[in-house]
Amino acid sequence: MLSILKSVWLVFLHLFRRKITIQYPEEKAYLAPRYRGRIVLTRDPDGGERCVACYLCAVACPVDCIALGATEDEHGRRYPEFFRINFSRCINCGFCEEACPTYAIQLIPDVEMAEYQRQNMVYEKKDLLIDGEGKYHGYNFYRVAGLAIGGKDKGEAEKESPPVDPKSLLP
Amino acid sequence: MSDVVFKLVLIATVLLVILHLAGFLIWVERRLLALLQDRLGPNRAGPLGLFIIVADIIKIFTKEDWIPPFIDKPVFVAAPMIIMVTALLSFAIVPFAPGAVILDLDIGVLLFLGLSSMGIYNVILAGWASNNKYALLGGLRMAAQMFSYEVFMGLSLMGVVTLAGSFNLSAIVHAQREGWFIVPQFLGFLIFFIAALGETHRLPFDMPEAESELIAGYHTEYSSMKFGMFFVGEYISVTLFSALMTTFFFGGWLGPVLPPLAWFCVKTAGFIVVFIVLRAALPRPRYDQLFAFGWKFILPAALLNLVVTGALVLWKSS
Amino acid sequence: MATIYIDQRPYAADPRTNLLQASLALGFDLPYFCWHPALGSVGACRQCAVKQFRDEKDKHGKIVMACMVPALEGTRLSIDDPEAREFRAAVVEWLMTNHPHDCPVCDEGGECHLQDVTVMTGHAYRRYRFEKRTFRYQDLGPFISHEMNRCIQCYRCVRFYRDYAGGRDLDAFAAHNHVYFGRHEDGVLESEFSGNLVEVCPTGVFTDKTLKRHFTRKWDLQSAPSICTHCALGCNTIAGERGGVLRRILNRYHHDVNGYFLCDRGRFGYEFVHHLRRIRRASARLAPGEERREIARTALRGRLAALLTNPERVIGIGSPRASLEANFALRTLVGAERFFQGASDRECGLLAEALRIMRAGPGRIPSLRDVAESDAVLVLGEDVTNTAPRLALALRQAVRQQPLLQADRMNIPRWHDRAVRDLLQDRRGPLFLGAVAPTRIDDIATRFLRASPENLARLGCALARRIDGHAPEESGVLPTDAAAFIEEAAAALLAAKRPLVVAGVSLGSAALLAAAANVARALSAAGRPAALSLVFPEANSLGTALLGGGRLSEAFAAAAAGRVETAIILENDIYRRAAPRDVDAFLRSVPHVVVLDTLAHRTADAAAVVLPAGTFAETNGTFVNHEGRAQRFFQVLPPDEWVRESWRWLGELATGSQTAPAWPNLDAVIAALIAEFPELAGVRRAAPGADFRVGGQKIARASRRFSGRTAQHANLDVSEPKPPDDPDSPLSYSMEGYPGQPPAALVNLFWSPGWNSVQSVNKFQNEIASPLAGGDPGVRLLEPASADAAVGDYFPSPIGAWEDGSGGALLAVPRHHIFGSEELSALAPGVAERMPAPCAEMNPDDARALPVQEGGLVRVTIDGRDLVLPVRLEAGLPRGLLSIPVGLPDLPGLDLPAAAAVKGVP
Repeated sequence: MLSILKSVWLVFLHLFRRKITIQYPEEKAYLAPRYRGRIVLTRDPDGGERCVACYLCAVACPVDCIALGATEDEHGRRYPEFFRINFSRCINCGFCEEACPTYAIQLIPDVEMAEYQRQNMVYEKKDLLIDGEGKYHGYNFYRVAGLAIGGKDKGEAEKESPPVDPKSLLP
Repeated sequence: MSDVVFKLVLIATVLLVILHLAGFLIWVERRLLALLQDRLGPNRAGPLGLFIIVADIIKIFTKEDWIPPFIDKPVFVAAPMIIMVTALLSFAIVPFAPGAVILDLDIGVLLFLGLSSMGIYNVILAGWASNNKYALLGGLRMAAQMFSYEVFMGLSLMGVVTLAGSFNLSAIVHAQREGWFIVPQFLGFLIFFIAALGETHRLPFDMPEAESELIAGYHTEYSSMKFGMFFVGEYISVTLFSALMTTFFFGGWLGPVLPPLAWFCVKTAGFIVVFIVLRAALPRPRYDQLFAFGWKFILPAALLNLVVTGALVLWKSS
Repeated sequence: MATIYIDQRPYAADPRTNLLQASLALGFDLPYFCWHPALGSVGACRQCAVKQFRDEKDKHGKIVMACMVPALEGTRLSIDDPEAREFRAAVVEWLMTNHPHDCPVCDEGGECHLQDVTVMTGHAYRRYRFEKRTFRYQDLGPFISHEMNRCIQCYRCVRFYRDYAGGRDLDAFAAHNHVYFGRHEDGVLESEFSGNLVEVCPTGVFTDKTLKRHFTRKWDLQSAPSICTHCALGCNTIAGERGGVLRRILNRYHHDVNGYFLCDRGRFGYEFVHHLRRIRRASARLAPGEERREIARTALRGRLAALLTNPERVIGIGSPRASLEANFALRTLVGAERFFQGASDRECGLLAEALRIMRAGPGRIPSLRDVAESDAVLVLGEDVTNTAPRLALALRQAVRQQPLLQADRMNIPRWHDRAVRDLLQDRRGPLFLGAVAPTRIDDIATRFLRASPENLARLGCALARRIDGHAPEESGVLPTDAAAFIEEAAAALLAAKRPLVVAGVSLGSAALLAAAANVARALSAAGRPAALSLVFPEANSLGTALLGGGRLSEAFAAAAAGRVETAIILENDIYRRAAPRDVDAFLRSVPHVVVLDTLAHRTADAAAVVLPAGTFAETNGTFVNHEGRAQRFFQVLPPDEWVRESWRWLGELATGSQTAPAWPNLDAVIAALIAEFPELAGVRRAAPGADFRVGGQKIARASRRFSGRTAQHANLDVSEPKPPDDPDSPLSYSMEGYPGQPPAALVNLFWSPGWNSVQSVNKFQNEIASPLAGGDPGVRLLEPASADAAVGDYFPSPIGAWEDGSGGALLAVPRHHIFGSEELSALAPGVAERMPAPCAEMNPDDARALPVQEGGLVRVTIDGRDLVLPVRLEAGLPRGLLSIPVGLPDLPGLDLPAAAAVKGVP
């Protein structure tokens, strides 16, 4: 009985505490760099598109709100022909970022994406692609991958020996 | 003639004030709960966020009034009206100030008890008519809860009636000129207060709704203004019980300096705040605990209170 | 059945198999690379290591390769043994040391056996920190992408390409960890079965280049079971779609038909579905002389109703490339007496003859598996690699049957591939090949003989008479080397247990068909029940023959007599079927021509109304393959407002109402078909009907991990549309559906948890390389009474008077090309790239007589029509023959064989 009265009293005292509410549009909350907000596509340190259109983000997406189509440039570098995120479906779970093998897709601490028209929540590649590397610096997938692309021949990736001559029997 | 006009004006005023007050209380409760939880609550629409009431009302009136196909329609429609009618009718006997009472009945207390018993039908019928298992469970809980708390609510008031020697509420207020009944009837007050919580099915005694167990209990199937009537009815009940506690135990309009009506309002408002603070502070007890508490503890206490009060009155008068 | 113990539990296993096969059949997940159900075991990759125990007391055991140990009675093994597990993990780790970091950009990713095995063994992190060896890739032509870096040296590619498919130009080069699988230099892979490397390679070394152009992962495809439309064999395929685009064709295992492999025409010919010439909207000419214009639904309905007001004057021309249902719908609309088969007159005659032979049953009608299991083969006239490619692959297996008996005698199990091949070396069973020109299976022929079609027929008849003296005598002079051929072939066929005769209609000779039937008949009479496999040109040739109908020339005559007001031409370019002047005359004499087709062509250009029909990928229907097997194919591209099944259009024409067509769905058409042709009752059982459900659910076309559902069309409208309905089949356009394995006819995806690659087909069979669980789909419509029942009469073989090299003219014979001769696949860009330039082939001696040089132009006059073609000298072609390519685009419909006057063009 006493404890009930005590808790009523304690709760009542909270009336005079400092409020923790942040008055949002005027004051902004601190969002950590790894906060899962708007999704962007980043570029590698050389300015190329990081996305290689592997479809892993699309398949990881629990609400299936990512669609893309793969294509290749004349040197065999693969990139998305279109990349579309329907943010009206996105639940900001960040699975796409976890699935991305190239650090291309990243969630950034931007949550201000309200729209009056739902159609405006559909972002195309031009809306998603940024000019920087985002949160992860220095990684370029094609420097690690074995695929030859324009400007990087076979055997020129990291930790690769020069191509073998299959007609040689030398050790 | 002027008496009739005065009564009509008073009725109109009371209706107007009470109904607006109910709306206002929505805001009060939301703000106050927020403050008690270290938040700010709705503070955007208008000064202090007061226009949230308007927004709420617009919203509740324009929502789809959905009547599910599986319900018992006449009863389903009638149920939410009952609480409005009984709660509003009870205000007829409340003396706001000397002479400012709509119906100065000699059996005011009995009328109040009768109407409050009628009030439970809204929940029972709503639960029954909804044809929904959660609603029905809510209704059943309400019936059981009302039945047990009704008993000692009446008993707890008998002490006051004994001291005042009248069932007339104005007479009860007048009887407190020497001292508020809260002092001799402290136990009675506690019992009445607990019973009031049960009667208004406010937290911590909101078994019939119990969101976490029963979705929304008896009003699961209600939407739009039908739900609104339950909602507003609850606030009217809270106001009514606050006014009655003021009247029975805290001297009604009595008080120095300020005009009587102001005293009445201040005291009533104080009780409303207490209702809200309790909601913020206390968890909902288990259903069986509620009944054990009622029958095994409160009822004997109420009887004891009545016996001791009666004995004292007899001893004093003899 | 033997009892084997896996991890101390007894299981029943087939003692003729090995432990790997037995474990997989029992449902264990045992990783492997070099083993393949069709290729056998070589024990090269060391991936299927298990621990084997001598007896129940043996606690120590030894690590063995499961694929190299027979599943004999009492064998005890442990898959779960920690040492075996560690061993397998180590093997994968070693194999992965040089594997590039490519999965995101690799087309195999998501359906990669190497990925599956890596996950299965638990190798999750690369510990190897040193340099990886790299290779350059090769350009292997329009079908196959090559990326050698990814190779794990399992040798499956060369084992398939060289040992199984008889290819020569893919091999292993270099040594130690530099082993390279490729050609000796960049260039097109020559084998017609190179596409199977895509499925045979456990990782992404060989991938589908056509898929790469519109790349989609396996999990994103909506798939439906389909039937290949590019020849009459009816190989089962899986068609994969995404975003309204047909992305690829995969093999769909069928025990009796295609097994694990397809030909390149079937695999890569699908791209015609999105050819620019596709008809996408209905168009009509509203007044004579005007251009056709696209037309609204209501106007179209009125226009068509007007054309059909006089039903006595409406004829229909069917098509051997349209489904059975479409042909039947047209036949019902116009009436049986005004329905004409769409094939050329000669072909119709040949098909009728072939059907007569098949019904009479001089021999069993073999499936492709029966062909592969035959132990002596006579091929009479048919160039199978070019007319029925998958049959050539089956024949390559047939010649192994007799040598395999040697392995059996030496107790070497047949799955023990390396040992068997070492034992057999180059020994081959008997295959006798009579052809007009060199073929791609000459290398496996015991003996071949090249002669004109008539002489081949004569050869066949002589062989029949040599086998059974009661066979009709055949006059005429046989080619010089025929006597030895006949002797050897007769001896080999009579010695065989399961002899096989292969012939077909591609040479346009009825005599040849009869001669082949007579050989089979003679063998049966001699107590060697033979199989007779007849090859037809198109996917539903036999189906149209079963429906019957008039000849094209009869239609032309009716039109010339003015008895035709409206002609409805179903999925057919009749310029390919008859001489252009006859077709021109026909199209001129018919006031209204309605063409219902998928692709615009010359016939469609002349039409007054053109209606867009659906391809195999957009429709549901049934094809009857060369052995008379009715097989259902299902829609995979979502239906369109305009592009629809031909039978649906025709059903609407029949009643003039879109809402109340003659048949509400495919099942209704089939019911009507069966009511009219009781012989075709099996068509209904070819696949479950539209009301089939498993647990109340349809079978989902989309995979369970189908992605992008809420974004795919969000650029058009952010609200997702309702998925399309499919009233004709038990498949749904959705991810929702029965999650287990559907009946075999509805299997649209080989996938099983942990097995994302096509290797998961093992999980769809009760025993490895046995029929799909629940029985293979398709129903054979023509079962001769009994294999060895007294087999009717011999067939008169109407051999013409033509003699090789007689007179001044040459005999023009048709030359079929796997890439190009078939109308639809020729429009796929990849196939078009492989298409040969048209040329006339002749013997160098004939060329000298003209005279004309290799590459020089000749004017060929056939039936009053001139063709100017470059010459290619072909020493293998007998003198007096001129081989003219057929079916290539821009080559008019020629009726071959025919006399051809040849002149050099200066």
